[in-house]
Amino acid sequence: MSNKQKKKLTAVQQEYQSFAKAREPGRPVFKNIIRAFIVGGIICIIAQGISDFFLWNFDFTEKTVGNPTGAIMILISVILTSLGIYDHIAQWAGAGTAVPVTGFANSIASAAIEHRSEGLVLGVGGNMFKLAGSVIVFGVFAAFVVALIKTTLAMLGGS
Amino acid sequence: MLHGHQTWIFNNQPIIIAAATVGGPFEAEGPLANDFDLLHSDLWLEQDSFEKAQKKMLEEACLEAIQKGGLQKQDVQFFLAGDLLNQIISSSFAARTMATPFLGLYGACSSSMESLALGALIVNSGAGNHVLCGTVSHNGAVEKQFRYPTEYGSQKPPTAQWTATAAGVVLLAAEGEGPKVTCATIGKIVDMGISDPYNMGGAMAPAAVDTITAHFRDLRIDPREYDLIATGDLGRVGHEIAADLLKKHNIKIPAEIFTDCGIMIYGPDQQSEVLAGGSGCGCSAAVTYGHILNRMKRGELRKVLIVATGALLSPLSYQQKESIPCIAHAVSIESIQ
Repeated sequence: MSNKQKKKLTAVQQEYQSFAKAREPGRPVFKNIIRAFIVGGIICIIAQGISDFFLWNFDFTEKTVGNPTGAIMILISVILTSLGIYDHIAQWAGAGTAVPVTGFANSIASAAIEHRSEGLVLGVGGNMFKLAGSVIVFGVFAAFVVALIKTTLAMLGGS
Repeated sequence: MLHGHQTWIFNNQPIIIAAATVGGPFEAEGPLANDFDLLHSDLWLEQDSFEKAQKKMLEEACLEAIQKGGLQKQDVQFFLAGDLLNQIISSSFAARTMATPFLGLYGACSSSMESLALGALIVNSGAGNHVLCGTVSHNGAVEKQFRYPTEYGSQKPPTAQWTATAAGVVLLAAEGEGPKVTCATIGKIVDMGISDPYNMGGAMAPAAVDTITAHFRDLRIDPREYDLIATGDLGRVGHEIAADLLKKHNIKIPAEIFTDCGIMIYGPDQQSEVLAGGSGCGCSAAVTYGHILNRMKRGELRKVLIVATGALLSPLSYQQKESIPCIAHAVSIESIQ
């Protein structure tokens, strides 16, 4: 908790919070980091395998192979989400499954499945990007800022 | 009637003539599976939404309780119920099916004892002869409303709790056979400034302690008069905090009689899923009306105190960075021959 928030608390509240904190199990950060490293790595190995498969067997280059690889990874993630397996892996793996594109696919698929009962338009359509929406908004904005900086530098440098 | 500041003593001792509990597939794997009247293998209960499944569980529990009590729907004068969904829709829709005069309640997970206390008050005062009190929660429906989609892969901290898929209903009557509701302590809101919805146990523990303290202060009795004191659903984390807080307040409850419904409902092999323990207003209702009443019937327990705790937050208040106001209501149930 930030200091600003803590200042608003009364003395009794502050005393209780430190009393409770001493009795709460903390997040196992080190264990989570190791698990995220292992699972995130495994996901990347699988994606690399798929990528190599496309490179060797089809007419793809290093530049173009990213698209079908990403599509396959998204498909795998959506299938695992639909079968109710992905969230169990994620509880174990943490950021390992959240950071790769599979996590992004899971956030959209899970919201779509969840709100199917409210219909296709108000339910699935309206809620699909409930979690992914802010990733897209800030992702696009960040890309815009980076592009702006790059363009400005290029103009100044005149190269 | 009113005893001390916030405790009611029911002189006419309303009787729990029947109780019914319904559970979901995950509860069926737990250690209390045999105490449920009805267990479902399908989380959807063959309905097309989790919300409808939650409503159906409450309906089933109500009908089962009425049947066990040897009554008809029209013999019930009042129906008091609550759940965790917005505008307590499951309770209202179940009341539509029941077609009995209905009072909807919201006390989050404390609704179970809130409805029992108010139902006992109605029967005790003679305002009704048969009153049905119940609560329900469904893992899918509640997680959807309060947290993330059920299939979303977010890692929960060890303090998080698992919403139980369960319903518990009791039928109170002025006359009949069964354990008696002898007194109730209505809690006040306690807010210790905790705003993390993944640490409900820590947030609710002070409310439970406040109500337990008030109960023993108002009645001037010793905790050892009870064979069992069970908090609603504080989970492992909150229960430990509550036990230590009570020691600090100099209320001596022997560790062997102090337990928690959220710990009891799931077994050690379900630990990795439920983390700190069970929650949801169906949890304390199903454990109390199933497991604990069964133990009383077998003569293993004579006098119990159930302290149901509720975290009165909403997804909106959490996003607006409000802290979690918490409450606890205690009801004492005795088997008097």
